[in-house]
Amino acid sequence: MSLWLLILIPILAAPFAWMAQQQSRSAPRWIALGALSVDGLVALLLGTGEHATQASGHGAWLVESSISWIPRWGISLHLGLDGLSLILIVLTVLVGVVATMASWTEIQNRVGLFHCNVLLALGGVIGVFLAIDLFLFFFFWELMLVPMYLLIVIWGHAQRRHASFKFFLFTQAGSLVLLVAIVALALLHQQATGHPSFDYADLMDLTLSTEMARWLMLAFLIGFLVKLPAPPFHTWLPDTYAEAPTGATIILAGILAKTGAYGLLRFTIPMFPEAMHEFTPIAMGLGVVGILYAAVLACAQTDIKRLVAYSSISHMGFILLGAFAGTELALQGVVMQMVAHGLSTGGLFLVAGALEERYQTREMSHMGGLWAVTPRLATMALVFACASLGLPGMANFIGEFLILFGSYATQPIMIILASLGMVMAAIYSLGMMQRTFFGRQQDTRSVQDLSNVVFGTVLLIAALQICLGLYPRVVLSTAQPVMNQLVQAAASSPTMPHPLSESLLSSHLTTSQGSTP
Amino acid sequence: MILQDFIALSPILTLGGFALVTMLAIAFQRHHARIATFALLSCLLTLATLPWAATAAPRGVTTLLVVDRHALLYMGLILTATMVIIALSYRYLMVQFREEEGVEEYYLLLLLATFGGLVLTTATHFVSFFLGFELLGLSLCSLIGYLRTRRHPLEAAVKYLLLSITASALLLFGLALLYFESGAMTFQGVGAILKQAHSVSALWLGGLVLVLVGIALKLGLAPFHMWIPDVYQGAPTPITTYIATVSKAALVALLLRFATEVGVLELPAVAHLFSLLAVVSMVTGNVLALMQQNVKRLLAYSSIAHFGYVLVALLAGGPPAAEAVTFYVIVYCAMSLGAFGVVTVYSSEGSDKNRVEDYQGLFWTRPWLAAMLALSLLSLAGIPVTAGFIGKFYAIAAGVDAGLWWLVFALIANSVVSLYYYLRLFMTLFGEVATSATLPEPQTVQRPAFISLTTVCSLGFVASIILVLGVYPEPLIHLIRDSVSNLLMVALQKP
Repeated sequence: MSLWLLILIPILAAPFAWMAQQQSRSAPRWIALGALSVDGLVALLLGTGEHATQASGHGAWLVESSISWIPRWGISLHLGLDGLSLILIVLTVLVGVVATMASWTEIQNRVGLFHCNVLLALGGVIGVFLAIDLFLFFFFWELMLVPMYLLIVIWGHAQRRHASFKFFLFTQAGSLVLLVAIVALALLHQQATGHPSFDYADLMDLTLSTEMARWLMLAFLIGFLVKLPAPPFHTWLPDTYAEAPTGATIILAGILAKTGAYGLLRFTIPMFPEAMHEFTPIAMGLGVVGILYAAVLACAQTDIKRLVAYSSISHMGFILLGAFAGTELALQGVVMQMVAHGLSTGGLFLVAGALEERYQTREMSHMGGLWAVTPRLATMALVFACASLGLPGMANFIGEFLILFGSYATQPIMIILASLGMVMAAIYSLGMMQRTFFGRQQDTRSVQDLSNVVFGTVLLIAALQICLGLYPRVVLSTAQPVMNQLVQAAASSPTMPHPLSESLLSSHLTTSQGSTP
Repeated sequence: MILQDFIALSPILTLGGFALVTMLAIAFQRHHARIATFALLSCLLTLATLPWAATAAPRGVTTLLVVDRHALLYMGLILTATMVIIALSYRYLMVQFREEEGVEEYYLLLLLATFGGLVLTTATHFVSFFLGFELLGLSLCSLIGYLRTRRHPLEAAVKYLLLSITASALLLFGLALLYFESGAMTFQGVGAILKQAHSVSALWLGGLVLVLVGIALKLGLAPFHMWIPDVYQGAPTPITTYIATVSKAALVALLLRFATEVGVLELPAVAHLFSLLAVVSMVTGNVLALMQQNVKRLLAYSSIAHFGYVLVALLAGGPPAAEAVTFYVIVYCAMSLGAFGVVTVYSSEGSDKNRVEDYQGLFWTRPWLAAMLALSLLSLAGIPVTAGFIGKFYAIAAGVDAGLWWLVFALIANSVVSLYYYLRLFMTLFGEVATSATLPEPQTVQRPAFISLTTVCSLGFVASIILVLGVYPEPLIHLIRDSVSNLLMVALQKP
């Protein structure tokens, strides 16, 4: 039941946030913050303790809850929490807080409805991370879409109609493909056993013919890659990120993109290990293309939000790379990268949004020399830019390093190419800093620096970045049982060439990595 | 035995009786509110006889009708939808009609059309099939032209009349051919040929195709859809709702029975024909809906597409198909009632509100009305928490189960296309209120408190159905599975 609490707290708080609008403008904001903090506390309470690091998913859940829902189709309200979901839920709450903070001054009309939608979307995302019945998973997967769409279409910038269309159509198309694959799996279960089931554990045990597995894996992959996003499904992202209000962009980049990565880890890898393995070169190729292509485009952007958006695609490429490399080290890196990217992009979009709010433009050519005007904003921008370019000591570095290191054995040439992405990251991140905060001041208006509250929040995020960069063990050891299980699931497939040597190598490396930054 | 027959027939008899009483009551004294309430009560009482009739079901009453759970389920749907439509009609007629023109017969015609619908759900013989078909069609024709002082309704009525005549002509010719070849007028008798011989004569097949085309015309499947947008647009909005829900649900009930008892889907030729109809309907409906500026036309085209989805489910064949079709139709009725209901209520405040621009920023001026429309649109688009999602899930599941990959693929591609126009309308609801647009003009017609209560109740009921079916569909699924087993049992019973 406690798991339902995690989902229901934000969802039930949502209508109250809407109604609180009548009291005052800040009441919905406080309600949103309160609900998120309570949610975060519940998650941490569930996750602390001895057994927290034992849960590996796949039957060994930390907390599990199951109620029959639609017996006709073998659908149940089945939730399960393990290390991976715990990390992502805590991240969701954190990013939610950042988004609320970022909207504190930006959103001035229909405040209640805004926060109502934010809470609904976050509730849906938490549901995605907890659901282990595939129908329920899809239910939440779609549930978060409508509030996000409303956030963009009501509070977005000039091109919001176009952007929201693109966002909805792309994600929905991906989702429908995913739905067909889920239904097909359930019906295959019916053929095998006589009754349909959408339960994760049941579907894991299903033996699929090679061709069927290939098609289903592809459908799952498309559904998740659209959200991630990876080329060629990424075109919705820059428009959407740029046109959405800052709070929504932070949620989109920080959390929604992670649901795609989560889907890859939770469903695609363990369910179709052989088909995954066959597809590895193509998927990793897509990852590398994503990293390099988005990085090149990021360098060419003049719009600060689009720059961050492209950098985000580039970082998500690493996740695809790591997920398909399939070694424990790389998978650990994926989890780290999800957390790190959630925090750093959240921070960067907050900075970009703050600049846009102050100067009514996203063009970097109209900025410049702002270090003198807004020192707090500039410092924070520098911290997150460094995180984004993978400076050692920051969480992003750990994530990207682990991914590259862990995947080298699988595809050396691709990894060499991918590491160029980190060089490019330095170019566009520092370029962004130079064009906005250094150089000659273009706009001489005097503007307010970050307010104390927002500055505090950003400092917290930056501190977390650095803490995780110096002591990544918190995340790595929590996720380790799940990732271990994943590697075993992949290794259990007969065509996997060298499972033993690699998992030995990676577990050795993980322990050494965990203790020394 | 005779008593059992009467019990089984009680819904049809009750509604027929009440229709007669309504006619007499109108002749005795004209009173809008009283007649409307009476019509509503007639449906309610008929609804109350359904559980009683279920005790006698399944039962063949003469060779013409069979009352089984399948028929009773669809009767429930038809009667409920009729009640919602009557509740919505009252305000609409008050505004659109002058008192002295006589609005009371409207309710009589509605009851008669519903009566026709009830007969269709139980029909198992050509005679009852044709009687129900014509009763429904003729009543509807006069209902569409009921606002007889306006141009558009008259135009729509003439169109519908022509369509009805064409459909009837094709149907009659088809039935004649089937009778000629098989010497039987019951559905099972006609199907017996197929079960014995496995190869059928060209005339038999031709007759069958003509019958199916007659049904497709009334259902508005492409390429027989030309009348749909014009009639939907021209008809008074409550009647548009009626055509979209009751009339189509009754025909689907009949089609399901006809298809199962004759076994038409086992013929590859018919299966191909239906696949073609399904794909063409989905594509035509969705593509033409993209550019519509009129809400009623947009929903009209979307209904063509939705019945394409229903055909995909139907083509799967066997119990899962019947289950999926029934579920989808029930869900479709709920969301159509929601969408058209909002148009009706909004139009009841003065002039018709058909253009998309009329809905600009409705959420900020009339939040509840807009929320209702938004919910219906999300449901039509198949987004979770709404019934439409479970409906689409069912259609996809039926298609995948039967391995109709191409049709499922077409369904998905079309769903994505349909999102575009649903979202466009959805987005309009949340747009900024246009500065030039005046707020809804103050009520010129005095409305008694009781009326707005009926509006709230009916739309609230529809909204709760959409949400409840979207979140907890199990009870309905249970009911449908019962009805489907009944339908198949009857079909398999005797030669």
